[in-house]
Amino acid sequence: MTEKLIFELSRPGRRAAAQAPLSHVAVDVPAALRRRTAPALPEVSELQAVRHYTRLSRLNFGIDTNFYPLGSCTMKYNPRACNQLAMLPGFLGHHPLAPARCSQGVLACLYELQDILMHVTGMAGVSLAPMAGAQGEFAGVKMVAAYHAARGDTARDEIIVPDAAHGTNPATASMVGLKVREIPTDAAGDIDLDALRAAVGPRTAGIMLTNPSTLGVFERHIADIAKIVHDAGGLLYYDGANLNAILGRVRPGDMDFDVLHMNLHKTFSTPHGGGGPGAGAVGVSKRLLPYLPLPFVAQDAGGSFRMLDESDRPHSIGRLSAFAGNVGVLLRAYVYSRLLGRDGMRRVSEFATLNANYLAARLAQRGFELAFPKRRCSHEFIVTLKKQKEELGLTATDVAKRLLDYGYYAPTIYFPLLIPECLLIEPTETEDKDTLDAFADALCSIWDEAKADMAKLHGAPWTQPVRRLDDVRAARHLDIAWKPAVVEAGV
Amino acid sequence: MPFVPHTPEDIRDMLAVIGAPTTEALFDEIPAALKCGALADVPAAVPEMEIVRIMRARAAQDDTLLNFCGAGAYERHIPAAVWEITTRGEFYSAYTPYQAEASQGTLQLLYEFQSMMCTLTGMDVSNASMYDGASALAEAVLMAVRLKAPAGDARVLVPAGVNPRYRQVLHTLVDNRGVQVVEAAFDAAHGTCVLPPEAGEIAAVVIPQPNFFGTLEDVDALTDWAHARGALVIAAVDPVALALLKPPSAWGAEGADICCGDGQSLGAPLSFGGPYFGFLTCRQKLVRQMPGRIVGRTVDVEGKPGYTLTLQAREQHIRRARATSNICTNQGLLVTAATIHMALLGPDGLQRVAEASVANTRALAERLCAIPGVRRVFDATQPFNEAVLRLPQAAAPVLEQLAAQGVLGGIELGSYYPSLKDCILTCATEVRTAEDMECYVRTLSGILAA
Repeated sequence: MTEKLIFELSRPGRRAAAQAPLSHVAVDVPAALRRRTAPALPEVSELQAVRHYTRLSRLNFGIDTNFYPLGSCTMKYNPRACNQLAMLPGFLGHHPLAPARCSQGVLACLYELQDILMHVTGMAGVSLAPMAGAQGEFAGVKMVAAYHAARGDTARDEIIVPDAAHGTNPATASMVGLKVREIPTDAAGDIDLDALRAAVGPRTAGIMLTNPSTLGVFERHIADIAKIVHDAGGLLYYDGANLNAILGRVRPGDMDFDVLHMNLHKTFSTPHGGGGPGAGAVGVSKRLLPYLPLPFVAQDAGGSFRMLDESDRPHSIGRLSAFAGNVGVLLRAYVYSRLLGRDGMRRVSEFATLNANYLAARLAQRGFELAFPKRRCSHEFIVTLKKQKEELGLTATDVAKRLLDYGYYAPTIYFPLLIPECLLIEPTETEDKDTLDAFADALCSIWDEAKADMAKLHGAPWTQPVRRLDDVRAARHLDIAWKPAVVEAGV
Repeated sequence: MPFVPHTPEDIRDMLAVIGAPTTEALFDEIPAALKCGALADVPAAVPEMEIVRIMRARAAQDDTLLNFCGAGAYERHIPAAVWEITTRGEFYSAYTPYQAEASQGTLQLLYEFQSMMCTLTGMDVSNASMYDGASALAEAVLMAVRLKAPAGDARVLVPAGVNPRYRQVLHTLVDNRGVQVVEAAFDAAHGTCVLPPEAGEIAAVVIPQPNFFGTLEDVDALTDWAHARGALVIAAVDPVALALLKPPSAWGAEGADICCGDGQSLGAPLSFGGPYFGFLTCRQKLVRQMPGRIVGRTVDVEGKPGYTLTLQAREQHIRRARATSNICTNQGLLVTAATIHMALLGPDGLQRVAEASVANTRALAERLCAIPGVRRVFDATQPFNEAVLRLPQAAAPVLEQLAAQGVLGGIELGSYYPSLKDCILTCATEVRTAEDMECYVRTLSGILAA
């Protein structure tokens, strides 16, 4: 079930003739600047290309084909209406620099989306500019830095990050030029408040928190945390990776967060696309409003919309993309939010949480060990295979790989780093009970297999296009681009 | 309940297994004082047929303008097959290929993409994409700074002929890292980069090709100048133009070190500014400074070839605060489209697209300059993929009037470049016809004559 590379299908002079202009036009380009040898792009027919990429697609698991309980990624169903309507020709053909007067339709959608996101998070303003969660984090932390700088509070160069945080949190703090101060989590999965009290001070710019945390539990001391950090002069950043868990239940603004990003490709169901595009809209409390990234949409007194720019927002942290961010993704999120409506949003968290708690309870009943058995799960939960590892040598990787044979994408494994041999499982609200039951059965059956024949587990997967891959070889003998067999001189 | 499959029996049975009386009870760890009630300010749900009506009306409301505007986003013909395949659920609804064995489709496609970008730019290494051309430029600058001035406090020379919006984004993304952006002016006759007589210590020089004005830089001289000063060369290029222009690896005596740009022209619709994707390629020796995902070819336990994410120790999920970047999710679906797009066009098709775009832009500039008072600004050289024209009156109102008559004539340059007051940047890609251009000429003549 391997597929040749597109380059291996190539034959000199073959082409998909219908795709390009009919003929060459001679254009005068100075000889010193002209390309001498054509790039080694494939030369294939339209059918070859279509067949090749269709066949490649079939080597993938996606939400449309398989249960995909990848923790912290919210792999819920991506409604087809969102895609179809974002791809209407009127939107697709619209140039980003067309005058606002000619762009009222798309601007209305973006404005309404800003408004919906503002209300759903309890913030005072929203910008849709960031193109992914990590860029939203960057914008958020940069706004925190800008806020302190504007007040002349220049000693604040530390961001506090819990040890369970996503890797993007500390990486973002570094990109904004801040130092990371890590604080521990207590045995119950909450932040260690004493450690927090000891960590805050005149150097604290703020704290980055995911709530519910990556441990799959709600941070119960959030009000205390907010007070401790605010009293120390720092701000609170909400990482919206797990917003699906609390949509319409508790709002980050009401938890006293000053700034947040939302992963619209998670909570608002825009496609993950094999790794993007995402959209990382940011929301802020009143005191950070002047710093929102550009552009974002405003409505004037006459009811028409326009993108604000530097002359409107002189204190903005600036632009994050050449134009207006991932507009096509934002249109999908807008359609989704309208289809759900205010009650549908509450049902997202209701059934995401029901599914997670149900699956966790089923697995616990059947002997699996939950990382936080005494806690209520949020929209995701952690199973630790510590016991299975000790008794059988069964690892999280073995289970993940074997799950692929059963037709399930694997949960997130070995994250968060605090929990040994962990599976972070997020079923999402769009999965039905039968799927969850079958998945629980599969995990039980894999455990049984491990007791009978570990080789079957260590060797998994058996049914996929490839068996386990040699990652060490991939890194040591780097082969990251196909090269033509004969390299022509002169380029 | 949209997209929620639970029947009342399911809910009852599931709660019984959990041992909770109601679904509301599942939120009992959230302090009651913090909980919100109904989201009164969010609109009520609409059925699919209603949102179809709303979106169709809004898409139709936006005027379809005859487009002569580029400035970093180009109207191009996208083969029908590109998005038909790209939106297949297996590509559309998958995520970052962490489980390589169940993601070989995405992984092999990314390997093919990396290979295509390497051959196009002449570089050895490509990552699996950045957010857009502007953020790719910023990441290229940060790469160069890590290599040349690991302690920060570096100076980077960026010509004024780099897209002004890219330069704005560059400031946003590198300001907090102690990177100082030094601007190089442009020559009034050619619109090309003028090197400063006293450059001082510089970590990198950004060289746009073609530049924002659509003129070709003397990339050999600029590259050699930068290397003679110990600076790295960052090429900021248009991927379609590379079908005609020599790849950055062949610039000057040693070639550029890093190459970046926006991939929008490779299969991404205009879509009001995004999603597009940024590409970033570099020399082999810089691979460990590369941000973002990289796919490698390896073998499985049976020796069969397969693809996997590699060199992950550079990335945020492993290295956290010391990662090369915070980027996680990139623009995967756009890369899917671009790979199919490039496969369908091939080297010959891409070259035809590039040629037609240059020829059409030159023809457009010539025709517009036949209108009294309209003239080319950088007339010591031929335009390439864009042209700068000076109008006999203020540009912004003229462009407004053109739009009111259905023509998107370009952008006005005065707000970015005071010396180019009354000037516009305009282009005609391969999709524009002689009739289209005639329409522009006729409309502009009418406006200027009024």
